[in-house]
Amino acid sequence: MSSRIASIRLVSSHREVYEPCDDSFALVDALLADRTNLIEHNPKVCMEIGSGSGYVITSLILLLKNEVPGVHYLATDTNPIAVRVTKETLEAHGVDADVVCADIATGLDKRLAGSVDVIVVNPPYVPTPEYEVGMEGIASAWAGGENGRTVIDKILPVVDLLLSDKGWLYLVTLTSNFPEEICLMMRKKGYASRIVVQRSTEEENLLILKFWRDQDEVSHKEISSPTFLAHFSRSLSLLMEKRWR
Amino acid sequence: MRLITHNMLSCNIKGVTNGFPLRIEAGNVIEKEVEFNPDFLRHMFAKLEWKALVEGARSMGYAELPEDSPDAAVLESDEAFLKKLHHALLELHLEEGALVCPETGRKFPVNKGIPNMLLHEDEV
Repeated sequence: MSSRIASIRLVSSHREVYEPCDDSFALVDALLADRTNLIEHNPKVCMEIGSGSGYVITSLILLLKNEVPGVHYLATDTNPIAVRVTKETLEAHGVDADVVCADIATGLDKRLAGSVDVIVVNPPYVPTPEYEVGMEGIASAWAGGENGRTVIDKILPVVDLLLSDKGWLYLVTLTSNFPEEICLMMRKKGYASRIVVQRSTEEENLLILKFWRDQDEVSHKEISSPTFLAHFSRSLSLLMEKRWR
Repeated sequence: MRLITHNMLSCNIKGVTNGFPLRIEAGNVIEKEVEFNPDFLRHMFAKLEWKALVEGARSMGYAELPEDSPDAAVLESDEAFLKKLHHALLELHLEEGALVCPETGRKFPVNKGIPNMLLHEDEV
């Protein structure tokens, strides 16, 4: 019986590549939770930015492949070792995607603009000093600079460029990343958003956010920042009250 | 790397205006069978640069594609053509080789099927 998502025992590893962890599992859980919608969505091009071990892209392929045949899957990572590990993980599960070693999506963004139907990203989101961002090796998998937002804020405009009109983005964030700010930024670009999965671990409060283009949201309602922030903050506070130490 | 991805890759060195398509230097090409899906091909067709695909396929040893971009009727009903498109686009893998920028000559290496598009500091 084939598994619906990637198996940890089949995931390839290397000391310089981020191994699947709570954040990876939460993102895959979000995709599983949204599986019916994804199938109905009938994506033709799906992409993971920052594929690391390949756990997430492999899981995405496995959970879609029986119901959605004929999809072009792409994965990128800036770490030349991670792209090899991603390829190995894909192969170990008997699936395939085109993997490109690239900074976010450079080299692909011009021609793929407006073409990608699903993008998944588990970015380096940990708040760190700025100098740690983009360092070679495994630290680039988590170092996110001030408020953990440096790389996220670089990725979002690229995602906006790549997504098709019906495109969806799934993004892993921490509450420390000021996700309400991220959602507001995206709203101004015409995206609605919701929290698909929230997970509190000992160390992190993870939020898996989903974004989709929703012009009606933008044009008909005032982008009332105080109201939006108040509403989002209220939801967040409720979630954080459930946080356990 | 398959031609469907090659067709989406361009040289992103700062200042380059004519960075597409990248010329393929094929070292090792392998073939992997993929399930035929005409709907997918029809969907992707609109985004393809036909000439780049024909050239790319030729570089990888496949010269069966017509020089001229086919019209809608062919795409709709010519199964023989669709099978050729399917083969070229999805079943040919460049495992080892390089992608060369037409403007600068810069080579982006392809190893184990993965193109390395990372730029050096002075190219950004």
